[in-house]
Amino acid sequence: MFPILKDGLVYLDSAATTQKPQRVIDRINKYYSEENANVHRGIYTLSEVATIAYEDSRDKVASFIGCSSEEVIFTKGTTESLNLLTKCLELQEGDEVVLSVMEHHSNLVPWQQLTKKGIVVKFIPLKGFELDMEAAAKLITSKTRIVSIVHMSNVLGVINDIQRLADLVHFNGGLLIVDGAQSIAHMPINVKDLDCDFFAFSAHKMYGPTGVGVLYGRKELLNGMEPFMFGGDMIKEVKLSGSTWNDLPHKFEAGTPNIAGVIGLGEAVDYLSELGMEKVMKDEEELVTYFLSKLPVSGVKLIGPISGRGGVFSFTVEGIHPHDVSEIMNSFNIAVRAGHHCAMPLMKELGVNGTTRVSFGIYTTKEDVDKFFSALEKVKEVFNGS
Amino acid sequence: MDLELYKENIIEHYKHPANKGSLEKVTFRDLNPLCGDELSVYLDIVDGFVKDVKFDGQGCAISIAAMSMLTEKVKGMSVENVKSLRNEDVLQLLGIPISHTRMKCAMLSLRVVQGGLDC
Repeated sequence: MFPILKDGLVYLDSAATTQKPQRVIDRINKYYSEENANVHRGIYTLSEVATIAYEDSRDKVASFIGCSSEEVIFTKGTTESLNLLTKCLELQEGDEVVLSVMEHHSNLVPWQQLTKKGIVVKFIPLKGFELDMEAAAKLITSKTRIVSIVHMSNVLGVINDIQRLADLVHFNGGLLIVDGAQSIAHMPINVKDLDCDFFAFSAHKMYGPTGVGVLYGRKELLNGMEPFMFGGDMIKEVKLSGSTWNDLPHKFEAGTPNIAGVIGLGEAVDYLSELGMEKVMKDEEELVTYFLSKLPVSGVKLIGPISGRGGVFSFTVEGIHPHDVSEIMNSFNIAVRAGHHCAMPLMKELGVNGTTRVSFGIYTTKEDVDKFFSALEKVKEVFNGS
Repeated sequence: MDLELYKENIIEHYKHPANKGSLEKVTFRDLNPLCGDELSVYLDIVDGFVKDVKFDGQGCAISIAAMSMLTEKVKGMSVENVKSLRNEDVLQLLGIPISHTRMKCAMLSLRVVQGGLDC
């Protein structure tokens, strides 16, 4: 099913990228072998086949996250989706943007660029390993134009109360953006239920190919925004003196898109829909419980909450650097991640110089977890003797 | 299980690094792009020679062991000779096989020490 895993690799880095099921790989191959043509333009059969496959993927994604197709914009990934918003949402000097200290750099650095234009960026602090919601309620005021928050932290595994944040920001007349890069693969997502105005995620973290992602935006908002990139396909009419824009969603999709990527994403959505995200979430919850039950290990500290979390675990090992933990894990054919996980401010907040991270995917088993804990003992032995 | 990387002397240099400490002020600091290591060096240069060297910071076994061994080597060396040190010299000090990715950990020491010479 997952060809890369057939030789016994214990892959515990799905938060970085997921492995792909054979059907997604096959679907992309099929596109290139039998369906490849540029989309939206040709009047010949092949182009129509390609266009239908591309737009079908859009419909699938819309259905998967509970919105309409014109509200699904294909981008290069979560990072591009968030950058698009920083460019296309009109903010003025004195407007406030509220983020959190646990944000991934992709939902932090782009907003920082706006401070050059006099926009104020504020950060919701942590309370333990969770967002300090009391502090959030004080930070989100009538000056807050945007709140942009991660749904599930790629470091802590904590799942944030998006609906509560939506209430706070909407009450004050602002907009809520959600970074769904991790959450999309770990739980059912319905953007209307979440009550967010924008939701961003990447295909490669949900068993799809790299190079493609999604930005969901409420229709009324997207209609009121100027485009991000300009050129072919996003126009209605071009004269030398100026141009008019295409309708949604094409207004935001300039140039030839990552057609194969989008089709691969559609196949990944089919795969997950067939499994059912409720089941995916429930299975993961069981594995999380199992992992936590084995976790009390001397010298090992979990950097994250015990509850209200998904299958992403950061930890420190006393006296042993994450690079070295990972290196030794690798010698047991176990893949984990070491470092800051693109969240340097969070590391500073937590007072750690990097962590080792284990993250689950759909293919992760109890045996994988057992092997991990076994290897963890060996890691300690190398540095401390048996 | 091939763990030649963690030979006894590497672990020893990691746990009890030579020249760990500080002098009056930091000469140069740098981070490993493979995030998680950061080293600062304190250089006391007198008459074109490294009279004293100390280092501080946090890092993995490879980066700390390399820094420990490198500072032992450069103490008393002329600035010219320190400038002419190359990656291979650090690898020779470590005496273990280093992967492409961990190379950045090993070379951080050289970057920081040589960076300090330009300050």
